[in-house]
Amino acid sequence: MQAHGLVHRYGDNVDTDVIIPARYLNTASRQELAAHCMEDIDNGFTGRVRPGDMIVAGRNFGCGSSREHAPIAIKASGISCVIAGTFARIFYRNAINIGLPILECPAAAEEIVAGDELRIDFDTGRIDDLTSGKSYQARPFPPFIQNIIQKDGLMGSLTHL
Amino acid sequence: MGMTMTQKILAAHAGLDRVEPGQLIEAELDLVLGNDITSPVAIDEFEKAGAREVFDRDKIALVLDHFVPNKDIQSAEQCRRVRAFAKEHAISHFFDVGRMGIEHALLPEEGLVGPGDCIIGADSHTCTYGALGAFSTGVGSTDMAAAMITGKAWFKVPAALRVELQGSLPRYVSGKDVILHLIGITGVDGALYQSLEFCGDGLASLSMDARLCIANMAVEAGAKNGIFPVDEGTLRYCRGRFPRSPAVYEADPDAEYTARLTIDLSSLRPTVAFPHLPENTRTIDEAKGIPIDQAIIGSCTNGRLEDLRAAAEILKGRKVADGVRCIIIPATQAIYLQAVREGLMETFIEAGAAVSTPTCGPCLGGYMGILGQGERAVSTTNRNFVGRMGHVESEVYLASPAVAAASAVAGALCPPEAIMGEPSSAAQ
Repeated sequence: MQAHGLVHRYGDNVDTDVIIPARYLNTASRQELAAHCMEDIDNGFTGRVRPGDMIVAGRNFGCGSSREHAPIAIKASGISCVIAGTFARIFYRNAINIGLPILECPAAAEEIVAGDELRIDFDTGRIDDLTSGKSYQARPFPPFIQNIIQKDGLMGSLTHL
Repeated sequence: MGMTMTQKILAAHAGLDRVEPGQLIEAELDLVLGNDITSPVAIDEFEKAGAREVFDRDKIALVLDHFVPNKDIQSAEQCRRVRAFAKEHAISHFFDVGRMGIEHALLPEEGLVGPGDCIIGADSHTCTYGALGAFSTGVGSTDMAAAMITGKAWFKVPAALRVELQGSLPRYVSGKDVILHLIGITGVDGALYQSLEFCGDGLASLSMDARLCIANMAVEAGAKNGIFPVDEGTLRYCRGRFPRSPAVYEADPDAEYTARLTIDLSSLRPTVAFPHLPENTRTIDEAKGIPIDQAIIGSCTNGRLEDLRAAAEILKGRKVADGVRCIIIPATQAIYLQAVREGLMETFIEAGAAVSTPTCGPCLGGYMGILGQGERAVSTTNRNFVGRMGHVESEVYLASPAVAAASAVAGALCPPEAIMGEPSSAAQ
């Protein structure tokens, strides 16, 4: 599985309140959530984002509320992957559970800048920054997690029930 | 190497003799929780998976608390969906308007959670029940859906950070000040992926309300859970409300910790977290004088009886300052009723405060106290992120009920002693 797109760049401690503010939590519609994604931290995001693009951020991405609406909004915006130094743990679970690929890679999170063009190979964890010419190695998902993401989330992996 | 409390509870629920940090396990759950925001998404997933039955109708709690009484048509539709699901599956522990409370105050009060339990909830503050010696953690809606079907969840066994509490709290210093002080030390990701294991002789002096408040905000240090040893105080709290036999786990003396912190409770001052992160802490003495427009006293962090009593002690016979809106929200119907019986509500209303039925409303910027552009609130809630309580250019200062009440009277951040005409315990 591969991804290819341009980078939207954020700092440390991006919380789920700015990813999708609570005033929009009276709906679970993917399209409506996507229409307000990142609104309180970057109100130009929804106009700029193109299918396949990536988010790159610093430490503790997705901290705060457990709202699954946050990774849903990001995925429904067309984002193919979030790369961060670290992720808050509930966001990490939620992203995997809904099939939004995420990679922890402190070096990439430090150096990649807004607008860079990236190619990512999820099988190996390799991140190529085609703009800077640099490459980074993230730890690929263990098979247990790969299985969930390949089946488009936890519920897909449970359909034998 | 020995195990922590968290590791022992997880091992027991995974049917294993021992577990190690980093190990992936599947654990049996004692309770699965959802609210009116997270449950509709979980119900969608439950139905998408083709599930027809829940694993155990007695081990699921559905609490309508975030946007109720409904703030608009869309939130009414979300509640309608949860209500219908609860009826269809005969969910035993479904709590609707008039009988509900804020989930993390309600579940301990109802005796639905207790020592040794393994609990997940689709709400980040599910870590609250660690106060009772349970393993309890927040998850998302999909985890909740899967758990409603299987009664199980997967976990990565967390490493642990040990927090030893010594001494006892000075007057006007509360559990809220302990956890804010701790987050000021660790930062908002200092305990990321780990458990916070509290211990020490200072625990004996902490009430259950104080412990519930401390465990509640473990997630604000990035922690997976926070947990307290079970002592006489815990067992007393459980008596008459928790119907099962408490399973008491103790950390092994040689349990492994990534770090050890010690907090001398007697040295703490009322603590305030400045915008826009809970880690931006200062003492009230460094914060006093900052003008406020609103004071919120309530939430899953600080809407319990002890919190209302602390606020009433300060508001009794005094008035909320001109230009300040003071909003007080008891966390459950039982707390509300007891506050009425004790005369606390009379004190609040005479002081010029607004009192509401239980709701999470203002804490997450839902309703019942949204801030406008440039407005500033002191709040006993748990998060002060950009736009958390309203406009992106509003500000939230997190503090204890005593500080929020004192600040409501002063019209600016204020130490409780200054309102009560007592000398400060601050080091001179």
